[in-house]
Amino acid sequence: MRRLHRPGDTPVHRLPPQCKLLAVLGFALAVVSTPREAFWAFAGHAVLLGLVAAAARVPPPFVVRRMAVETPFVLFAVLLPVVGRGPYTELWGVELSVEGLWAGWNILAKASLGVAASILLAATTEPRALLLGARRLRLPALLVQIATFMLRYADVVLGEMRRMRIARESRGFAARDVRHLPVVAKSAGALFIRSYERGERVHLAMLSRGYDGVMPALYDPPASARQWAVAAALPGAACAVALAAWIEVSGIGVPGMGVSGMGAG
Amino acid sequence: MTESLAVRGLAYAYPDGTQALFGVDLTVARGERVALLGPNGAGKTTLVLHLNGILTPGLGGVSVGGLPVTKANLKEIRRRVGLVFQDPDDQLFMPTVREDVAFGPANLGLRGEELERRVTWALDRVGMLGEIDRAPHHLSFGQRRRVAVATVLAMEPEILVLDEPSSNLDPAARRELAEILRSLDVTVLMVTHDLPYALELCERSLILSGGVIVADGPTRELLADSALLAAHRLELPYGFAVPAS
Repeated sequence: MRRLHRPGDTPVHRLPPQCKLLAVLGFALAVVSTPREAFWAFAGHAVLLGLVAAAARVPPPFVVRRMAVETPFVLFAVLLPVVGRGPYTELWGVELSVEGLWAGWNILAKASLGVAASILLAATTEPRALLLGARRLRLPALLVQIATFMLRYADVVLGEMRRMRIARESRGFAARDVRHLPVVAKSAGALFIRSYERGERVHLAMLSRGYDGVMPALYDPPASARQWAVAAALPGAACAVALAAWIEVSGIGVPGMGVSGMGAG
Repeated sequence: MTESLAVRGLAYAYPDGTQALFGVDLTVARGERVALLGPNGAGKTTLVLHLNGILTPGLGGVSVGGLPVTKANLKEIRRRVGLVFQDPDDQLFMPTVREDVAFGPANLGLRGEELERRVTWALDRVGMLGEIDRAPHHLSFGQRRRVAVATVLAMEPEILVLDEPSSNLDPAARRELAEILRSLDVTVLMVTHDLPYALELCERSLILSGGVIVADGPTRELLADSALLAAHRLELPYGFAVPAS
């Protein structure tokens, strides 16, 4: 598994997590509301991300390799022009749906920008800090607690899973085909029970140290106005790009594929 | 003599009807280090869970530093009794060592500088101050056990209760933990079936067997009584003899 976090000490790394979370959310909203006809606007968004990456000293290959998570969306986007309805156009001798091409491009461009922004967020923010940010942003405390425990115990549970697999294989078991599924399923059940029992023991340990249902707030300093302003630069610029794109698209219109064409699909 | 811990006539049956404790009596004086010995299934862990009110006795009661364990006193009781669990992965549930050690005192209402002072003090006592910003799962097992001790030290407990403190430790980690425990100026009740460890650390021992205390005396004498040990499924390791004092 590739690590998402890339430790560093840049202005981007230093921004409080809550600022970065909101900045990425704002950026994503700006990207999503950019009209798909304005190709240059998407290039503009990409340039903005490039600037953030440069400021955070995150090399482009680092981001590109991790964008593999997007693959299912890409496949879906590539399929759209093929299965879409008419009118059709011909590209390299293949008949493709015009509306499908637009829809595919739309998904591909917006999803890629969103994924790249999320990867930059994860690269510059420790998972732990992300949770502190989420808590700071008043996300439901219970959800944040669950995610915090997941973060802490993922390694423990994975280790347990690995030991169970090694124990199975040491006794000559190898999952080769579907008939072995019951064995694997039983292991999964045992793992679930073990994890559940661990959960109970952890709860006892928490009670023993005075836990009363609320996690004490520790070490999450508030963000200063300056930090918020710095973080707002990305979504602000992206909003400006989106706005400019809208003005262009609705004012002059794109020949052959104006705003009116957008609603037609 | 002030008592850190007093248990009187404690009896307990699990909800399924299994009787685990049949009237346990014991006292631990302030500053004492006492070992609670017993085979697996003797009721050691059940007894420990009564000390800070996780389990409620069917009969009898527990008091810590003179304060009875009741629902109304639970918060103060849990500050006074520092329970160190056997598996440090159960005890250390926060993402960093710093936050984990801060968890207890923060629940007591400490914040800011005072909290920070407690955390660094407790970690310093167990020699883990250098690892303050690391994640517990990146520490060695021995280091995790030491941090687990720090998490309860930070609450300035009246009594430290350790459940099998030497289990899974390699000899060096075991010795380091012993040195740390000896250096602490705190009352200790150590639950174990590691007899040499009890001898090394505790002047006095109790044997819990079949849900009652069957022996209470100097560790050296109890361990020299092979008939007593054999009657309660306790054994010295192969080749070990109680050294002459």
